[in-house]
Amino acid sequence: MTSSSQAAGAGADNPGPGGEADLSSTRVAKDGEPAGRSPGQLMWMRFKRDRTGMISACVVLAFFLIAALAPVISWLYGKDPYTRYGQNNPELLNDNSYPVKPNGGIDSEFWFGLEPGLGRDVFTQLIYGIRTSLSLALVVTLLSVLTAIVIGVAGGYFGGKVDYFLGRFTDLMMSFPNQLFFVAFTPVVAALLVDPRDEMPTWLRSCVIIYVMWLLGWMTLARLLRGQTLSLREREFIEAARVAGTPPGRIVRKELLPNLVTPILVQATYMLPNNVTAIAGLSFLGVGLLEPTPDWGRMFAKGAEVYQSDITYMFFPGGAMVIFILAFNLLGDSVRDAFDPKSGR
Amino acid sequence: MLRFLIRRSLGAVVILLIISAVTFFLFYAVPRDPALLACGKNCTPDALEVIRKNMGIDEPVPVQYWHFMVGILAGREFAAGDCPAPCFGYSFANQDPVWETILDRFPTTVSLTVGGAVVFLIIGLGAGMIAAWKKGTLVDKAFSSLSLVLSSMQIYFIGPLVLALVVYNLNLLDQPKYVPLTEDPVGWFTGLLIPWLVIQIIFTANYTRLSRSSMIEQLQEDHVRAARAKGMSGKYVFFRYAWRGSLIPIVTIFGVDLGSLFGGAMITEWTFSLPGLGTLAVNSVRNTDLPMVMGVMLFAATFIILFNIIVDAAYAFIDPRVRLS
Repeated sequence: MTSSSQAAGAGADNPGPGGEADLSSTRVAKDGEPAGRSPGQLMWMRFKRDRTGMISACVVLAFFLIAALAPVISWLYGKDPYTRYGQNNPELLNDNSYPVKPNGGIDSEFWFGLEPGLGRDVFTQLIYGIRTSLSLALVVTLLSVLTAIVIGVAGGYFGGKVDYFLGRFTDLMMSFPNQLFFVAFTPVVAALLVDPRDEMPTWLRSCVIIYVMWLLGWMTLARLLRGQTLSLREREFIEAARVAGTPPGRIVRKELLPNLVTPILVQATYMLPNNVTAIAGLSFLGVGLLEPTPDWGRMFAKGAEVYQSDITYMFFPGGAMVIFILAFNLLGDSVRDAFDPKSGR
Repeated sequence: MLRFLIRRSLGAVVILLIISAVTFFLFYAVPRDPALLACGKNCTPDALEVIRKNMGIDEPVPVQYWHFMVGILAGREFAAGDCPAPCFGYSFANQDPVWETILDRFPTTVSLTVGGAVVFLIIGLGAGMIAAWKKGTLVDKAFSSLSLVLSSMQIYFIGPLVLALVVYNLNLLDQPKYVPLTEDPVGWFTGLLIPWLVIQIIFTANYTRLSRSSMIEQLQEDHVRAARAKGMSGKYVFFRYAWRGSLIPIVTIFGVDLGSLFGGAMITEWTFSLPGLGTLAVNSVRNTDLPMVMGVMLFAATFIILFNIIVDAAYAFIDPRVRLS
């Protein structure tokens, strides 16, 4: 363990040669030796050295900041996503209601141009749209992860009948055609809550989307966690805890869950971008969020309508989506590598 | 093998029954007035009356479900006329029989799916194998980064871009459309070429990554190394020993993907306005045409389950060590 104490002394920035190998073994700290770092610290150290990971983390963070600060940004910018600038000012749109200026009407006033038809500002539409999509996706991911933890760990830990029924339930949910299910059930669930002839408030529609996606979003992770729990359950440290009379709740919280953090985090970083694109897909098909709520996915629907005359409009939501998903995928890989350096690429 | 198939088919029937029940009850039982839901936004009292009658809403829901299921197996009498088995009822939107409409749309989806699958399998597996063969070199890195970038593309973004470029600017091809293969093979091919090339981008990356990593894993297996050590040629070992073993995870994913694609590649079909099951589903949902949605849903679920069984059976062929019991 000498090398690990050297690494600790040298500091995080200079782990020394062979750092990779001994870092993973430092988890087992010897008695009285303060060299042990928590797995979280180790992961952070490895992650900091991964340049791609750091850059993509910054990009992802930037997206979340933009989403969170959308009202501030649009206040500074001086526009909002609802006003129909093009219709208020007839010089901006031509007779076919396409922007007069080239490239979708980009100029110093409208940075990303104007929306054909309604003449709204694309920049504020996009940042508010990102805000809507990211918050929905975030909630869906959190709910799915929590459900997966409960069902996966319960099945794996209790075994027997509980496991059998939870397993069959998971299988059943997995055989639902999920994309179709999202599309088909959003209006049905919506109709349960609001008379089909009435307009539905945006928050309620968001809840419906979240609910439907959550319902079919947890199975993969639940299966994974069940398998992991099943193998962890037989390990000595869990048995020791059980022999010592630790109540099951505490074993799950203190012994099992800390060992499941890696798969949970890694899967969550893959789940979130998938949810973003799935929600955008719903809006693209016209069953997601409705006008006038700004929405990332609906911008693609609009873009697909107008691309023959004004392709510029498509580039901003599309480019932003590609950058976001790419950064998130890279981040997911880096998180996996940082947690589990053995897996390799 | 036979016992395995029988057992799995029974399981599949049970799952389909549950899915149909869940879907049916959600559609017909839970809404305050299902006829109102089915009727949609621009509902006239007359239309509402017709729908009420067609749905047989006066009966209790389990009885309605029973009639529905019997209809699928044995056909059923409707006010509108006789509906032979398998009867999924009639569309609320245009009174077309659901089953005939599904059969009419299915070839489009199959053409799109199979063509797309051929493209993504060839490119994905090929790129993955080359990357594994040249592991760590520039080629490997280029393929890996390229597949990562491609996997971040979305069909609803790339589809219109390709159309704008190939169809409207360069005039290389016509607007994608579906022509039956039997009528006009050339038209079938050119009409679907763009959708095939676009639908593959979201899958290719996945297959490249998977086949690369599983190939690398296989190349390190003992039996593969032993074969190399015996002096067998690199090519022979690569294809005969490692490749076969590396197929198992790919077959799993492929079965799942193909099953769900057969149920309707909604976004692709919608982007290119191809009249497949996906477009049918989206349009029915937008018109709240419940019998149609219900029909497509069950049809799609059947394919997902069917392909799961096929995948499990295929394991035994690829890897003789797997016992089906």
